[in-house]
Amino acid sequence: MKTVVCIKYVPDTSEAEVKVNPDGKTVDDSRFSFDINDADNYAVEESVLIKEDKGGEVDVLSIGPKQSEVMIRMAMAKGCDRATRVEDDRIAEHDPLLVAKVLAGALKEKEFDLVFTGCWGDDFNHMSTGVALAEYLGVNHASMVKKVEVLDGKVRAHRELEGGLMEVVELELPAVLTIQTGINEPRYAPIRGIRQAQKKELNVVSLDDLGVDPAEVSVDASQVVLENLYIPEVESAAEFIEGEPEEKAEKLASILTKGGLV
Amino acid sequence: MGDILVLAEHRQGVLRDISFEMMAIAPKVAEAMGGEVKVLVIGSGIDELAKKMSEYGVKVIAVDDQLFEDFNAEKYQKALSALLDDLKPAVLMTGQTAQGVDFMPALAVEKNLPYVAEAIDINYEDGTLKATRNIYSGKVNATVAFKPADTCLVTIREGAVEAPEPAASGDVEKMDSPLKEDIPYRKFVEYIEAEVGDVDITQSEILVSVGRGLKEDKNLPDIEELAKAIKADIAGSRAATDAGWIPHDRQVGTSGKTVKPKLYLALGISGAFQHLAGMKGAKTIVAVNKDPEAPIFAVADYAIVDDMFKVVPALTEKLKELKG
Repeated sequence: MKTVVCIKYVPDTSEAEVKVNPDGKTVDDSRFSFDINDADNYAVEESVLIKEDKGGEVDVLSIGPKQSEVMIRMAMAKGCDRATRVEDDRIAEHDPLLVAKVLAGALKEKEFDLVFTGCWGDDFNHMSTGVALAEYLGVNHASMVKKVEVLDGKVRAHRELEGGLMEVVELELPAVLTIQTGINEPRYAPIRGIRQAQKKELNVVSLDDLGVDPAEVSVDASQVVLENLYIPEVESAAEFIEGEPEEKAEKLASILTKGGLV
Repeated sequence: MGDILVLAEHRQGVLRDISFEMMAIAPKVAEAMGGEVKVLVIGSGIDELAKKMSEYGVKVIAVDDQLFEDFNAEKYQKALSALLDDLKPAVLMTGQTAQGVDFMPALAVEKNLPYVAEAIDINYEDGTLKATRNIYSGKVNATVAFKPADTCLVTIREGAVEAPEPAASGDVEKMDSPLKEDIPYRKFVEYIEAEVGDVDITQSEILVSVGRGLKEDKNLPDIEELAKAIKADIAGSRAATDAGWIPHDRQVGTSGKTVKPKLYLALGISGAFQHLAGMKGAKTIVAVNKDPEAPIFAVADYAIVDDMFKVVPALTEKLKELKG
Protein backbone atom coordinates (compact mmCIF):
# COMPACT_ATOMS: atom_id res chain seq x y z
CA MET A 1 0.00 0.00 0.00
CA LYS A 2 1.15 3.47 -0.80
CA THR A 3 -0.45 6.02 1.45
CA VAL A 4 -0.13 9.78 1.50
CA VAL A 5 -1.14 11.57 4.68
CA CYS A 6 -1.89 15.31 4.47
CA ILE A 7 -1.33 17.21 7.69
CA LYS A 8 -1.60 20.80 8.85
CA TYR A 9 0.19 22.84 11.48
CA VAL A 10 -2.50 24.73 13.41
CA PRO A 11 -2.72 26.96 16.48
CA ASP A 12 -4.29 25.54 19.63
CA THR A 13 -6.99 28.08 20.43
CA SER A 14 -9.04 25.83 22.71
CA GLU A 15 -7.79 27.55 25.86
CA ALA A 16 -6.17 30.66 24.42
CA GLU A 17 -7.43 34.20 24.25
CA VAL A 18 -7.94 35.07 20.59
CA LYS A 19 -7.50 38.64 19.34
CA VAL A 20 -8.21 39.94 15.86
CA ASN A 21 -5.40 41.95 14.28
CA PRO A 22 -6.06 45.57 13.21
CA ASP A 23 -6.32 44.39 9.58
CA GLY A 24 -9.56 42.69 10.61
CA LYS A 25 -8.68 39.64 8.55
CA THR A 26 -6.19 37.71 10.64
CA VAL A 27 -5.79 36.82 14.30
CA ASP A 28 -2.79 37.59 16.46
CA ASP A 29 -1.09 34.19 16.57
CA SER A 30 2.11 35.37 18.26
CA ARG A 31 1.20 33.73 21.56
CA PHE A 32 -0.44 30.56 20.30
CA SER A 33 1.21 27.20 20.53
CA PHE A 34 1.11 25.35 17.21
CA ASP A 35 0.99 21.63 16.59
CA ILE A 36 -0.49 19.04 14.28
CA ASN A 37 -4.23 19.40 13.70
CA ASP A 38 -5.99 16.96 16.01
CA ALA A 39 -7.73 14.86 13.36
CA ASP A 40 -4.54 14.82 11.24
CA ASN A 41 -2.72 13.23 14.17
CA TYR A 42 -5.15 10.32 13.97
CA ALA A 43 -4.68 10.21 10.19
CA VAL A 44 -0.91 9.82 10.67
CA GLU A 45 -1.47 6.96 13.11
CA GLU A 46 -3.92 5.24 10.76
CA SER A 47 -1.46 5.47 7.86
CA VAL A 48 1.30 3.93 9.98
CA LEU A 49 -1.01 1.17 11.25
CA ILE A 50 -1.86 0.24 7.65
CA LYS A 51 1.81 0.22 6.68
CA GLU A 52 2.57 -2.06 9.65
CA ASP A 53 -0.28 -4.37 8.68
CA LYS A 54 -0.03 -4.45 4.89
CA GLY A 55 3.48 -3.20 4.19
CA GLY A 56 4.21 -0.31 1.88
CA GLU A 57 5.12 3.30 2.39
CA VAL A 58 3.68 6.48 3.81
CA ASP A 59 4.40 9.93 2.44
CA VAL A 60 3.61 13.07 4.39
CA LEU A 61 2.32 16.14 2.55
CA SER A 62 1.88 19.49 4.24
CA ILE A 63 1.50 23.12 3.30
CA GLY A 64 3.11 25.30 5.92
CA PRO A 65 6.00 27.34 7.23
CA LYS A 66 9.50 26.20 8.19
CA GLN A 67 8.42 25.89 11.84
CA SER A 68 6.01 23.12 10.90
CA GLU A 69 8.95 20.82 10.16
CA VAL A 70 8.91 19.86 13.85
CA MET A 71 5.46 18.34 13.25
CA ILE A 72 6.56 16.69 9.99
CA ARG A 73 9.63 15.12 11.64
CA MET A 74 7.38 13.82 14.41
CA ALA A 75 5.15 12.08 11.85
CA MET A 76 8.25 10.51 10.32
CA ALA A 77 9.44 9.47 13.78
CA LYS A 78 6.19 7.55 14.15
CA GLY A 79 6.81 5.65 10.93
CA CYS A 80 6.09 7.81 7.89
CA ASP A 81 8.84 7.43 5.29
CA ARG A 82 9.34 10.79 3.61
CA ALA A 83 7.74 14.19 3.40
CA THR A 84 6.98 17.08 1.12
CA ARG A 85 6.42 20.53 2.55
CA VAL A 86 4.89 23.14 0.29
CA GLU A 87 5.83 26.67 1.24
CA ASP A 88 4.43 29.50 -0.81
CA ASP A 89 2.85 32.68 0.51
CA ARG A 90 0.72 33.07 -2.63
CA ILE A 91 -1.72 30.32 -1.57
CA ALA A 92 -5.21 31.44 -0.47
CA GLU A 93 -5.19 29.73 2.92
CA HIS A 94 -8.75 30.73 3.76
CA ASP A 95 -10.18 28.74 0.86
CA PRO A 96 -10.12 24.95 1.39
CA LEU A 97 -10.92 24.34 -2.28
CA LEU A 98 -7.75 26.14 -3.37
CA VAL A 99 -5.71 24.46 -0.63
CA ALA A 100 -7.01 21.16 -2.05
CA LYS A 101 -5.96 22.26 -5.53
CA VAL A 102 -2.40 22.79 -4.32
CA LEU A 103 -2.37 19.37 -2.62
CA ALA A 104 -3.69 17.82 -5.83
CA GLY A 105 -0.89 19.52 -7.73
CA ALA A 106 1.62 17.95 -5.36
CA LEU A 107 0.07 14.50 -5.85
CA LYS A 108 -0.45 14.46 -9.58
CA GLU A 109 2.84 12.74 -10.36
CA LYS A 110 2.62 10.40 -7.37
CA GLU A 111 1.36 6.84 -7.21
CA PHE A 112 -0.90 6.14 -4.26
CA ASP A 113 -3.60 3.76 -3.08
CA LEU A 114 -4.87 5.87 -0.23
CA VAL A 115 -4.74 9.51 0.73
CA PHE A 116 -5.66 10.47 4.29
CA THR A 117 -6.50 13.89 5.65
CA GLY A 118 -7.99 14.83 9.00
CA CYS A 119 -11.76 15.23 8.58
CA TRP A 120 -11.72 18.71 10.01
CA GLY A 121 -9.38 21.53 10.88
CA ASP A 122 -9.23 22.90 14.41
CA ASP A 123 -8.69 26.40 13.00
CA PHE A 124 -11.35 26.97 10.31
CA ASN A 125 -13.48 23.78 10.56
CA HIS A 126 -14.50 23.70 6.90
CA MET A 127 -14.39 19.88 6.66
CA SER A 128 -13.86 20.40 2.94
CA THR A 129 -10.23 19.93 1.93
CA GLY A 130 -10.13 16.12 1.67
CA VAL A 131 -13.38 15.78 -0.28
CA ALA A 132 -12.38 18.60 -2.65
CA LEU A 133 -8.96 16.95 -3.09
CA ALA A 134 -10.60 13.68 -4.18
CA GLU A 135 -12.57 15.58 -6.83
CA TYR A 136 -9.43 17.27 -8.20
CA LEU A 137 -7.65 13.90 -8.29
CA GLY A 138 -10.66 12.19 -9.85
CA VAL A 139 -10.70 9.41 -7.24
CA ASN A 140 -13.21 8.04 -4.73
CA HIS A 141 -13.60 9.42 -1.25
CA ALA A 142 -15.35 8.95 2.06
CA SER A 143 -15.41 11.52 4.84
CA MET A 144 -15.52 11.30 8.66
CA VAL A 145 -14.03 7.83 8.70
CA LYS A 146 -13.74 6.02 12.02
CA LYS A 147 -12.64 2.58 10.82
CA VAL A 148 -10.65 1.56 7.76
CA GLU A 149 -10.61 -1.98 6.34
CA VAL A 150 -8.28 -2.46 3.40
CA LEU A 151 -9.50 -5.20 1.05
CA ASP A 152 -8.24 -6.37 -2.32
CA GLY A 153 -8.41 -3.31 -4.58
CA LYS A 154 -11.03 -1.81 -2.32
CA VAL A 155 -11.43 -0.16 1.03
CA ARG A 156 -14.29 -0.36 3.47
CA ALA A 157 -14.75 2.90 5.33
CA HIS A 158 -16.95 3.25 8.40
CA ARG A 159 -18.28 6.80 8.36
CA GLU A 160 -19.34 8.33 11.66
CA LEU A 161 -22.80 9.83 11.34
CA GLU A 162 -24.67 11.84 13.94
CA GLY A 163 -25.84 10.07 17.07
CA GLY A 164 -23.09 7.44 16.93
CA LEU A 165 -24.53 5.62 13.88
CA MET A 166 -21.93 4.23 11.44
CA GLU A 167 -22.40 4.11 7.69
CA VAL A 168 -20.23 1.49 6.02
CA VAL A 169 -19.27 2.20 2.42
CA GLU A 170 -17.07 0.28 0.00
CA LEU A 171 -14.84 2.20 -2.38
CA GLU A 172 -12.61 1.12 -5.22
CA LEU A 173 -9.01 2.24 -4.73
CA PRO A 174 -7.39 4.68 -5.02
CA ALA A 175 -9.38 6.75 -2.58
CA VAL A 176 -9.18 9.74 -0.28
CA LEU A 177 -10.43 9.18 3.28
CA THR A 178 -10.92 12.01 5.75
CA ILE A 179 -10.16 10.61 9.17
CA GLN A 180 -12.22 11.31 12.28
CA THR A 181 -10.69 11.69 15.75
CA GLY A 182 -10.91 8.65 18.02
CA ILE A 183 -10.33 6.14 15.18
CA ASN A 184 -7.19 4.85 16.93
CA GLU A 185 -4.81 5.71 19.76
CA PRO A 186 -2.04 7.89 18.34
CA ARG A 187 1.32 6.58 19.56
CA TYR A 188 4.13 8.55 21.09
CA ALA A 189 7.16 8.70 18.85
CA PRO A 190 9.87 6.28 20.04
CA ILE A 191 13.32 7.77 20.73
CA ARG A 192 14.87 5.64 18.00
CA GLY A 193 12.23 6.87 15.56
CA ILE A 194 12.97 10.48 16.46
CA ARG A 195 16.66 9.92 15.63
CA GLN A 196 15.83 8.16 12.36
CA ALA A 197 13.38 10.86 11.35
CA GLN A 198 16.18 13.41 11.17
CA LYS A 199 17.72 11.44 8.29
CA LYS A 200 14.50 10.92 6.33
CA GLU A 201 13.83 12.82 3.13
CA LEU A 202 11.98 16.12 3.51
CA ASN A 203 11.54 18.08 0.30
CA VAL A 204 10.56 21.72 0.42
CA VAL A 205 8.79 22.89 -2.71
CA SER A 206 7.10 26.00 -4.07
CA LEU A 207 4.10 26.29 -6.40
CA ASP A 208 6.54 26.75 -9.29
CA ASP A 209 8.25 23.46 -8.38
CA LEU A 210 4.87 21.73 -8.42
CA GLY A 211 3.88 23.27 -11.71
CA VAL A 212 0.84 24.87 -10.10
CA ASP A 213 -0.03 28.27 -11.53
CA PRO A 214 -0.02 30.70 -8.58
CA ALA A 215 -2.77 32.72 -10.26
CA GLU A 216 -5.10 29.72 -9.94
CA VAL A 217 -4.68 29.27 -6.18
CA SER A 218 -4.22 32.84 -4.99
CA VAL A 219 -6.60 35.00 -2.99
CA ASP A 220 -7.74 36.59 -6.25
CA ALA A 221 -8.59 33.16 -7.67
CA SER A 222 -10.82 32.36 -4.73
CA GLN A 223 -14.55 32.65 -5.36
CA VAL A 224 -15.13 33.70 -1.79
CA VAL A 225 -13.80 36.79 -0.05
CA LEU A 226 -12.89 36.82 3.61
CA GLU A 227 -14.30 40.24 4.52
CA ASN A 228 -13.61 40.44 8.21
CA LEU A 229 -13.08 38.65 11.48
CA TYR A 230 -14.59 39.74 14.75
CA ILE A 231 -15.09 38.47 18.27
CA PRO A 232 -18.77 37.53 18.65
CA GLU A 233 -20.61 38.99 21.58
CA VAL A 234 -21.38 36.20 23.97
CA GLU A 235 -24.52 36.70 25.95
CA SER A 236 -23.94 34.72 29.08
CA ALA A 237 -26.74 34.63 31.58
CA ALA A 238 -24.52 32.68 33.96
CA GLU A 239 -23.96 33.68 37.54
CA PHE A 240 -20.17 33.77 37.90
CA ILE A 241 -19.14 32.50 41.31
CA GLU A 242 -16.12 34.39 42.64
CA GLY A 243 -13.49 33.83 45.30
CA GLU A 244 -10.68 31.41 46.07
CA PRO A 245 -11.19 27.88 44.70
CA GLU A 246 -12.46 26.61 48.07
CA GLU A 247 -14.87 29.51 48.48
CA LYS A 248 -16.20 28.96 44.99
CA ALA A 249 -16.72 25.26 45.73
CA GLU A 250 -18.49 26.11 48.97
CA LYS A 251 -20.81 28.65 47.33
CA LEU A 252 -21.64 26.25 44.52
CA ALA A 253 -22.33 23.40 46.96
CA SER A 254 -24.71 25.64 48.83
CA ILE A 255 -26.51 26.77 45.64
CA LEU A 256 -26.92 23.16 44.52
CA THR A 257 -28.25 21.87 47.82
CA LYS A 258 -30.47 24.86 48.61
CA GLY A 259 -31.92 24.79 45.11
CA GLY A 260 -32.76 21.10 45.50
CA LEU A 261 -30.56 20.32 42.49
CA VAL A 262 -28.69 17.49 44.20
CA MET B 1 -34.36 34.05 -10.49
CA GLY B 2 -32.89 34.32 -7.05
CA ASP B 3 -34.34 31.00 -5.94
CA ILE B 4 -32.94 29.19 -2.94
CA LEU B 5 -32.77 25.43 -3.39
CA VAL B 6 -32.66 23.69 -0.02
CA LEU B 7 -31.64 20.05 -0.02
CA ALA B 8 -33.53 18.44 2.87
CA GLU B 9 -31.77 15.69 4.81
CA HIS B 10 -33.36 12.49 6.01
CA ARG B 11 -32.09 9.17 7.24
CA GLN B 12 -33.84 5.87 7.88
CA GLY B 13 -37.17 7.40 6.91
CA VAL B 14 -36.98 10.44 9.17
CA LEU B 15 -36.26 14.08 8.27
CA ARG B 16 -33.34 15.40 10.29
CA ASP B 17 -33.63 18.60 12.34
CA ILE B 18 -31.29 20.51 10.03
CA SER B 19 -33.93 20.29 7.30
CA PHE B 20 -36.34 22.31 9.45
CA GLU B 21 -33.63 24.64 10.77
CA MET B 22 -32.80 25.73 7.22
CA MET B 23 -36.41 26.95 6.97
CA ALA B 24 -35.38 29.72 9.39
CA ILE B 25 -32.70 30.97 7.00
CA ALA B 26 -33.75 30.21 3.42
CA PRO B 27 -36.96 32.32 3.31
CA LYS B 28 -35.31 35.57 4.41
CA VAL B 29 -32.52 35.12 1.87
CA ALA B 30 -35.03 34.28 -0.88
CA GLU B 31 -37.05 37.37 -0.04
CA ALA B 32 -33.98 39.60 -0.14
CA MET B 33 -32.91 38.06 -3.46
CA GLY B 34 -36.39 38.30 -4.97
CA GLY B 35 -36.79 34.58 -5.43
CA GLU B 36 -38.55 31.70 -3.78
CA VAL B 37 -37.56 28.76 -1.63
CA LYS B 38 -37.66 25.33 -3.22
CA VAL B 39 -36.99 22.28 -1.14
CA LEU B 40 -35.43 19.25 -2.76
CA VAL B 41 -36.07 15.84 -1.25
CA ILE B 42 -34.09 12.98 -2.78
CA GLY B 43 -34.77 9.39 -1.75
CA SER B 44 -36.89 6.34 -2.26
CA GLY B 45 -40.46 6.20 -0.91
CA ILE B 46 -40.38 9.80 0.29
CA ASP B 47 -44.00 10.97 -0.15
CA GLU B 48 -44.47 11.62 3.56
CA LEU B 49 -41.17 13.44 3.90
CA ALA B 50 -41.92 15.65 0.88
CA LYS B 51 -45.37 16.47 2.25
CA LYS B 52 -43.94 17.38 5.64
CA MET B 53 -41.45 19.81 4.09
CA SER B 54 -44.23 21.36 1.97
CA GLU B 55 -45.94 22.37 5.23
CA TYR B 56 -43.46 25.22 5.40
CA GLY B 57 -45.40 26.82 2.54
CA VAL B 58 -42.72 26.04 0.01
CA LYS B 59 -42.57 24.23 -3.26
CA VAL B 60 -41.09 20.78 -2.81
CA ILE B 61 -39.32 18.94 -5.59
CA ALA B 62 -39.31 15.22 -4.91
CA VAL B 63 -36.88 12.93 -6.71
CA ASP B 64 -38.21 9.54 -5.72
CA ASP B 65 -36.16 6.69 -7.10
CA GLN B 66 -34.87 3.33 -5.89
CA LEU B 67 -31.36 4.45 -6.79
CA PHE B 68 -31.53 6.75 -3.78
CA GLU B 69 -32.66 4.20 -1.23
CA ASP B 70 -29.50 4.82 0.79
CA PHE B 71 -27.34 7.93 0.91
CA ASN B 72 -24.43 7.80 -1.48
CA ALA B 73 -22.27 10.91 -1.93
CA GLU B 74 -21.39 10.06 -5.52
CA LYS B 75 -25.02 9.67 -6.54
CA TYR B 76 -26.01 12.86 -4.76
CA GLN B 77 -23.23 14.75 -6.49
CA LYS B 78 -24.27 13.47 -9.92
CA ALA B 79 -27.95 14.23 -9.31
CA LEU B 80 -27.28 17.71 -7.94
CA SER B 81 -24.87 18.52 -10.75
CA ALA B 82 -27.66 17.88 -13.26
CA LEU B 83 -30.32 19.62 -11.15
CA LEU B 84 -28.21 22.78 -10.84
CA ASP B 85 -28.01 23.00 -14.63
CA ASP B 86 -31.73 22.43 -14.87
CA LEU B 87 -33.09 24.58 -12.04
CA LYS B 88 -30.38 27.27 -11.93
CA PRO B 89 -30.98 28.31 -8.31
CA ALA B 90 -29.08 31.33 -6.97
CA VAL B 91 -28.18 29.32 -3.87
CA LEU B 92 -27.93 25.62 -3.07
CA MET B 93 -28.14 25.08 0.67
CA THR B 94 -27.83 21.96 2.78
CA GLY B 95 -26.57 20.94 6.22
CA GLN B 96 -22.95 20.74 7.38
CA THR B 97 -23.64 17.19 8.41
CA ALA B 98 -22.02 13.83 7.77
CA GLN B 99 -24.10 13.87 4.59
CA GLY B 100 -23.47 17.45 3.43
CA VAL B 101 -19.72 17.38 4.01
CA ASP B 102 -19.44 14.20 1.96
CA PHE B 103 -20.42 15.75 -1.38
CA MET B 104 -20.72 19.55 -1.28
CA PRO B 105 -16.96 20.33 -1.57
CA ALA B 106 -16.68 17.91 -4.50
CA LEU B 107 -19.73 19.42 -6.18
CA ALA B 108 -18.25 22.91 -5.78
CA VAL B 109 -15.00 21.77 -7.42
CA GLU B 110 -16.81 19.94 -10.22
CA LYS B 111 -19.03 22.90 -11.08
CA ASN B 112 -16.40 25.54 -10.30
CA LEU B 113 -18.82 27.37 -8.00
CA PRO B 114 -18.17 29.36 -4.82
CA TYR B 115 -18.65 27.35 -1.64
CA VAL B 116 -18.87 28.33 2.02
CA ALA B 117 -18.96 25.50 4.53
CA GLU B 118 -20.68 25.61 7.88
CA ALA B 119 -22.32 29.00 7.87
CA ILE B 120 -24.23 29.95 11.01
CA ASP B 121 -26.18 32.59 9.09
CA ILE B 122 -26.55 33.96 5.56
CA ASN B 123 -27.64 37.39 4.43
CA TYR B 124 -28.05 39.15 1.12
CA GLU B 125 -26.99 42.79 1.32
CA ASP B 126 -26.28 45.34 -1.41
CA GLY B 127 -26.28 42.70 -4.10
CA THR B 128 -23.85 40.41 -2.30
CA LEU B 129 -24.52 37.13 -0.56
CA LYS B 130 -22.62 36.88 2.71
CA ALA B 131 -22.16 34.04 5.15
CA THR B 132 -21.20 34.21 8.80
CA ARG B 133 -18.87 31.47 10.04
CA ASN B 134 -17.67 30.64 13.53
CA ILE B 135 -14.01 29.60 13.74
CA TYR B 136 -10.98 29.18 16.06
CA SER B 137 -12.71 27.05 18.71
CA GLY B 138 -15.85 29.17 18.46
CA LYS B 139 -14.05 32.33 19.57
CA VAL B 140 -14.05 34.27 16.32
CA ASN B 141 -16.70 34.97 13.68
CA ALA B 142 -15.84 35.48 10.04
CA THR B 143 -17.87 37.25 7.38
CA VAL B 144 -17.34 35.65 4.00
CA ALA B 145 -18.74 37.11 0.77
CA PHE B 146 -19.54 35.05 -2.31
CA LYS B 147 -18.26 36.41 -5.59
CA PRO B 148 -21.00 36.59 -8.24
CA ALA B 149 -21.76 33.15 -9.70
CA ASP B 150 -24.62 31.21 -11.27
CA THR B 151 -25.13 29.32 -8.01
CA CYS B 152 -23.59 29.84 -4.57
CA LEU B 153 -23.11 26.67 -2.52
CA VAL B 154 -23.41 26.75 1.25
CA THR B 155 -23.83 24.38 4.17
CA ILE B 156 -25.44 25.38 7.46
CA ARG B 157 -24.19 24.36 10.91
CA GLU B 158 -26.56 22.05 12.78
CA GLY B 159 -28.34 23.71 15.66
CA ALA B 160 -27.21 27.22 14.66
CA VAL B 161 -30.80 28.45 14.55
CA GLU B 162 -34.15 27.33 15.93
CA ALA B 163 -36.42 25.59 13.48
CA PRO B 164 -39.61 27.62 12.87
CA GLU B 165 -43.08 26.07 13.08
CA PRO B 166 -44.66 24.99 9.80
CA ALA B 167 -46.94 27.78 8.56
CA ALA B 168 -48.77 27.00 5.35
CA SER B 169 -49.25 24.29 2.79
CA GLY B 170 -47.24 24.06 -0.38
CA ASP B 171 -47.03 21.86 -3.42
CA VAL B 172 -45.03 18.77 -4.13
CA GLU B 173 -43.76 18.33 -7.64
CA LYS B 174 -42.28 15.00 -8.66
CA MET B 175 -39.25 15.04 -10.85
CA ASP B 176 -37.59 12.14 -12.64
CA SER B 177 -34.22 11.11 -11.31
CA PRO B 178 -31.45 12.76 -13.31
CA LEU B 179 -29.36 9.68 -12.43
CA LYS B 180 -30.37 6.68 -14.49
CA GLU B 181 -28.06 3.93 -13.37
CA ASP B 182 -26.19 2.74 -10.32
CA ILE B 183 -22.52 3.52 -9.92
CA PRO B 184 -20.08 0.65 -9.39
CA TYR B 185 -17.22 2.35 -7.56
CA ARG B 186 -18.90 3.39 -4.35
CA LYS B 187 -21.35 1.10 -2.59
CA PHE B 188 -23.41 1.54 0.54
CA VAL B 189 -22.90 -1.58 2.66
CA GLU B 190 -24.82 -1.15 5.90
CA TYR B 191 -25.57 0.95 8.94
CA ILE B 192 -24.09 -0.14 12.24
CA GLU B 193 -25.97 1.10 15.30
CA ALA B 194 -24.00 2.55 18.21
CA GLU B 195 -23.06 0.15 20.99
CA VAL B 196 -25.26 0.18 24.03
CA GLY B 197 -23.40 0.67 27.29
CA ASP B 198 -24.16 -0.07 30.94
CA VAL B 199 -25.72 3.33 31.60
CA ASP B 200 -28.08 5.22 29.31
CA ILE B 201 -27.01 8.82 29.94
CA THR B 202 -30.08 10.17 28.12
CA GLN B 203 -32.08 8.97 31.14
CA SER B 204 -29.75 10.35 33.85
CA GLU B 205 -31.09 12.95 36.29
CA ILE B 206 -27.64 14.32 37.07
CA LEU B 207 -24.58 14.15 34.85
CA VAL B 208 -21.00 14.97 35.75
CA SER B 209 -19.30 15.47 32.41
CA VAL B 210 -15.59 15.87 31.73
CA GLY B 211 -13.62 17.19 28.78
CA ARG B 212 -10.07 17.80 27.62
CA GLY B 213 -9.38 19.55 30.94
CA LEU B 214 -9.27 16.16 32.70
CA LYS B 215 -5.81 15.82 31.10
CA GLU B 216 -5.32 12.12 31.95
CA ASP B 217 -7.35 9.19 33.20
CA LYS B 218 -5.54 9.06 36.52
CA ASN B 219 -7.52 12.18 37.39
CA LEU B 220 -10.80 10.29 37.09
CA PRO B 221 -11.11 9.25 40.78
CA ASP B 222 -11.77 12.89 41.77
CA ILE B 223 -14.65 12.95 39.30
CA GLU B 224 -15.99 9.56 40.39
CA GLU B 225 -15.95 10.71 43.99
CA LEU B 226 -18.03 13.79 43.11
CA ALA B 227 -20.45 11.73 41.01
CA LYS B 228 -20.90 9.26 43.85
CA ALA B 229 -21.60 12.04 46.37
CA ILE B 230 -24.50 13.39 44.31
CA LYS B 231 -25.64 10.11 42.72
CA ALA B 232 -24.70 11.30 39.25
CA ASP B 233 -23.66 9.39 36.16
CA ILE B 234 -20.42 10.27 34.43
CA ALA B 235 -20.34 11.44 30.81
CA GLY B 236 -17.80 13.17 28.60
CA SER B 237 -17.11 15.37 25.61
CA ARG B 238 -15.65 14.08 22.35
CA ALA B 239 -12.14 14.87 23.61
CA ALA B 240 -12.70 12.69 26.69
CA THR B 241 -14.06 9.74 24.72
CA ASP B 242 -11.46 10.02 21.94
CA ALA B 243 -8.78 9.87 24.62
CA GLY B 244 -10.35 6.72 26.03
CA TRP B 245 -11.08 8.21 29.48
CA ILE B 246 -14.83 7.80 29.09
CA PRO B 247 -16.68 5.04 27.16
CA HIS B 248 -17.98 6.10 23.72
CA ASP B 249 -21.60 5.41 24.61
CA ARG B 250 -21.32 8.19 27.20
CA GLN B 251 -20.28 10.89 24.73
CA VAL B 252 -22.46 13.99 24.81
CA GLY B 253 -22.84 15.93 21.56
CA THR B 254 -23.95 15.68 17.95
CA SER B 255 -21.91 12.56 17.25
CA GLY B 256 -22.97 11.06 20.59
CA LYS B 257 -26.02 11.54 22.78
CA THR B 258 -28.37 14.44 23.35
CA VAL B 259 -29.08 14.70 27.06
CA LYS B 260 -31.56 16.68 29.13
CA PRO B 261 -30.74 16.00 32.78
CA LYS B 262 -31.98 18.25 35.55
CA LEU B 263 -28.37 19.07 36.44
CA TYR B 264 -25.32 19.01 34.13
CA LEU B 265 -21.89 19.71 35.57
CA ALA B 266 -19.42 20.46 32.78
CA LEU B 267 -15.89 20.10 34.12
CA GLY B 268 -12.96 21.13 31.93
CA ILE B 269 -15.19 21.22 28.85
CA SER B 270 -14.58 24.21 26.57
CA GLY B 271 -17.93 23.79 24.84
CA ALA B 272 -17.47 23.16 21.12
CA PHE B 273 -20.82 23.74 19.42
CA GLN B 274 -21.17 20.00 18.79
CA HIS B 275 -21.04 19.49 22.55
CA LEU B 276 -23.41 22.38 23.32
CA ALA B 277 -25.94 20.95 20.87
CA GLY B 278 -26.02 17.79 22.95
CA MET B 279 -26.52 19.32 26.40
CA LYS B 280 -28.00 22.82 26.19
CA GLY B 281 -31.41 21.35 26.96
CA ALA B 282 -30.28 20.47 30.50
CA LYS B 283 -32.37 22.25 33.14
CA THR B 284 -29.45 23.63 35.13
CA ILE B 285 -25.91 23.83 33.79
CA VAL B 286 -22.83 24.36 35.92
CA ALA B 287 -19.52 24.94 34.14
CA VAL B 288 -16.03 24.88 35.62
CA ASN B 289 -13.26 25.87 33.23
CA LYS B 290 -10.05 27.82 33.65
CA ASP B 291 -10.49 29.61 30.31
CA PRO B 292 -12.80 32.62 30.87
CA GLU B 293 -13.46 32.71 27.09
CA ALA B 294 -14.71 29.11 26.97
CA PRO B 295 -17.96 28.94 24.94
CA ILE B 296 -19.47 26.62 27.57
CA PHE B 297 -20.10 29.69 29.77
CA ALA B 298 -22.58 31.01 27.18
CA VAL B 299 -25.03 28.24 28.09
CA ALA B 300 -24.16 27.91 31.79
CA ASP B 301 -26.41 28.97 34.68
CA TYR B 302 -23.56 28.88 37.20
CA ALA B 303 -19.99 29.46 36.16
CA ILE B 304 -16.66 29.01 37.88
CA VAL B 305 -13.50 30.21 36.15
CA ASP B 306 -10.81 28.16 37.83
CA ASP B 307 -8.73 25.00 37.78
CA MET B 308 -11.17 22.10 38.05
CA PHE B 309 -8.70 20.11 40.14
CA LYS B 310 -8.76 22.80 42.82
CA VAL B 311 -12.54 23.15 42.78
CA VAL B 312 -13.78 19.58 42.40
CA PRO B 313 -12.35 17.94 45.56
CA ALA B 314 -13.51 20.88 47.69
CA LEU B 315 -16.95 20.72 46.07
CA THR B 316 -17.22 17.00 46.78
CA GLU B 317 -16.31 17.50 50.45
CA LYS B 318 -18.75 20.36 50.89
CA LEU B 319 -21.60 18.48 49.18
CA LYS B 320 -20.99 15.42 51.36
CA GLU B 321 -21.14 17.66 54.43
CA LEU B 322 -24.32 19.48 53.38
CA LYS B 323 -26.12 16.33 52.31
CA GLY B 324 -25.08 14.65 55.54
